[in-house]
Amino acid sequence: MEELKQELKAKIIDQLNLEDINVEDINDNDPLFGDGLGLDSIDALELIVMLDKDYGIKLTDPKEGRAIFESIDVMAKYISEYRSK
Amino acid sequence: MGQPYHIRSFCSIQQETILLNGKPVFKSEQEDFDAFAKEAYKFIDIKYPKFFKMDHLSKLAFLTANLVLDKENITPDEPSNTALVFANSASSLDTDRKHQESIQNKDNYFPSPAIFVYTLPNICLGEISIKYKLYTENSFFIFDSFQPQKLIAYTKGLLDSKKAENVLCGWVEFDGKTYKSFLYLVSAKGTLEHTEETILKLYNA
Amino acid sequence: MDQGVAITGMGIISAIGNNVAENYASLIHEKKGISRIQKIDTIHRDEIMVGEIPVSNDEFIAQLGLPQDNNYSRTGMLGVLAAQEALKDARIENIDAYRTGLVSATSVGGMDMTEKYYYDYFTNAECQKYIIAHHAGDSTQKIADHLGINNQLVTTISTACSSAANAIMLGARLIKSGKLDRVLVGGSDCLSKFTINGFKTLMILSDTYNTPFDEHRKGLNLGEAAAFLVLESDHVVKAENKNVLAYVKGYGNANDAYHQTASSENGEGATLAMQQALKVAGLNPKDIDYINAHGTATGNNDLSEGRAFINVFGDKVPDFSSTKAYTGHTLAAAGAIEAVYSVLALQNNIIFPNLNFKTPMKEFNLIPQTKAKQKELKHVLSNSLGFGGNCSTLIFSKNA
Repeated sequence: MEELKQELKAKIIDQLNLEDINVEDINDNDPLFGDGLGLDSIDALELIVMLDKDYGIKLTDPKEGRAIFESIDVMAKYISEYRSK
Repeated sequence: MGQPYHIRSFCSIQQETILLNGKPVFKSEQEDFDAFAKEAYKFIDIKYPKFFKMDHLSKLAFLTANLVLDKENITPDEPSNTALVFANSASSLDTDRKHQESIQNKDNYFPSPAIFVYTLPNICLGEISIKYKLYTENSFFIFDSFQPQKLIAYTKGLLDSKKAENVLCGWVEFDGKTYKSFLYLVSAKGTLEHTEETILKLYNA
Repeated sequence: MDQGVAITGMGIISAIGNNVAENYASLIHEKKGISRIQKIDTIHRDEIMVGEIPVSNDEFIAQLGLPQDNNYSRTGMLGVLAAQEALKDARIENIDAYRTGLVSATSVGGMDMTEKYYYDYFTNAECQKYIIAHHAGDSTQKIADHLGINNQLVTTISTACSSAANAIMLGARLIKSGKLDRVLVGGSDCLSKFTINGFKTLMILSDTYNTPFDEHRKGLNLGEAAAFLVLESDHVVKAENKNVLAYVKGYGNANDAYHQTASSENGEGATLAMQQALKVAGLNPKDIDYINAHGTATGNNDLSEGRAFINVFGDKVPDFSSTKAYTGHTLAAAGAIEAVYSVLALQNNIIFPNLNFKTPMKEFNLIPQTKAKQKELKHVLSNSLGFGGNCSTLIFSKNA
């Protein structure tokens, strides 16, 4: 799970063009949206694409995404449970 | 003829060089635009992380506008009635190509929402409006080439009718390897005359 | 208070009709044009519904009498057809009799052909003719060439979903300032895989009929269409004894300054645009008899636009409806087709229904008009809110 969390942090930084943020800067249970990393609705959609592309998980309702992307911890848990890649 | 208007400041970016009011303020060796844009961003000390999510056209427009607006003390903290009237020839083609590539392959089909949102030329106006809190009129024209007369007419209309106090206008073009931006701020007061002759001279400098 | 600018002709082609009369008949008979996609081979065909015009490109080519080696995109052909109808409606026989311009709008441009032939360009010389048709200015130029409009201003506006509204606004200003005697204004966009795939990735497409302002709305249906209005100066109207259909009385454009594609929660941009349009028209909110809303049926737009209505009209929001349940969201052409519908509403004193509505949104107490309603209409307001925060409002009036 630790490896997955690090992987997710690196992917988020790269995929969402988060300049000046390093893997060390993201804590496992920091909120990703709102005040945390300040991600927005388009970022959420990008993460949905990432779930599909890299982990084979297809979300059909964008609202589901907000719950899953609450923090790295929550994301990693969800992915390890449902991934098909 | 009506009241004459003036150009307050102007900025152009092309071939990794930034000129503000005719003077070079930054030059880079980076031929890759994203690398150049990052260097310029750091040099100007912009502090706006959303910059890195923008596509090429928006980054180019944003950098150019930032320099002009900051020079003229137009900040997000004070409401400013500054309209935006831009034009180009390639529309959002640079990003359109990226989107098209991402939907081309049935077997590796993962279009990116972050790319798609930039497949319209006027999104760059939105980006500038968001940063500077400009709730003003904005328009984007597609021309074959830079045509100051059309922008002059539109700008005068906005200023004459007091729809805006300032108008940031110009040309922002990004197409593959070639890019050029030229933006100038028009107001009642300023140093240069708001005429086709002057604008073309500055554009071609 | 300024005089309105006279509208003397209209033309339209959409999923609910190939001309003004057919569109009107569909509107009053609640005949929507939404269906599964037929003409585009997309992997999403079973997951979306669209407002597709049931006419093939070959049929358009025949209808327009184009040579076989033409390089018209579908956008261009739709534009020419609508523009032609508008000129005929305005009884314009000699285009050069007065200073006549063209302001057209598009977002798709020639993308429909480009995506079809892109990878063939290197190997098949025959399809290379479509390369130049990709440019957003090409469909405008095709219209100008076909109709002989080239002596004055010919230009293209591309500001996403508010494009055609901005074209109409610019046209009105050009007439008012005396720069032109008459101007053809409007827009055209056809369906394309590019837009279908793009909107799909934003997850705002509904898999069923779109339901504007409904609590359970699931998103928009894309559509294709073209529409044009002929605007003429008072001088020309008088000299030619023209029949005036309605007037462009007010217009406003403002940026929402919030997000690249989402609208602000309080509908700031839409609020400002509507207020500006009322100001230009010299009208008060209570003077508006009907609002043709942008109403795309996305979660975000309808909430934002609804809030904007309340900001401007308080607890006296006029009768309103979105006609996108009929036509789908026709992107750059939307402002123009909805302008045509606004004029039809004024001419016939009828408010068109907001189809598919069942449940009011929980955030406020706004219920659209669900059945066609006869009502004396003097002023109609039409919104077109585009990506990039580009919000435009037009006000059409029966009298100057």
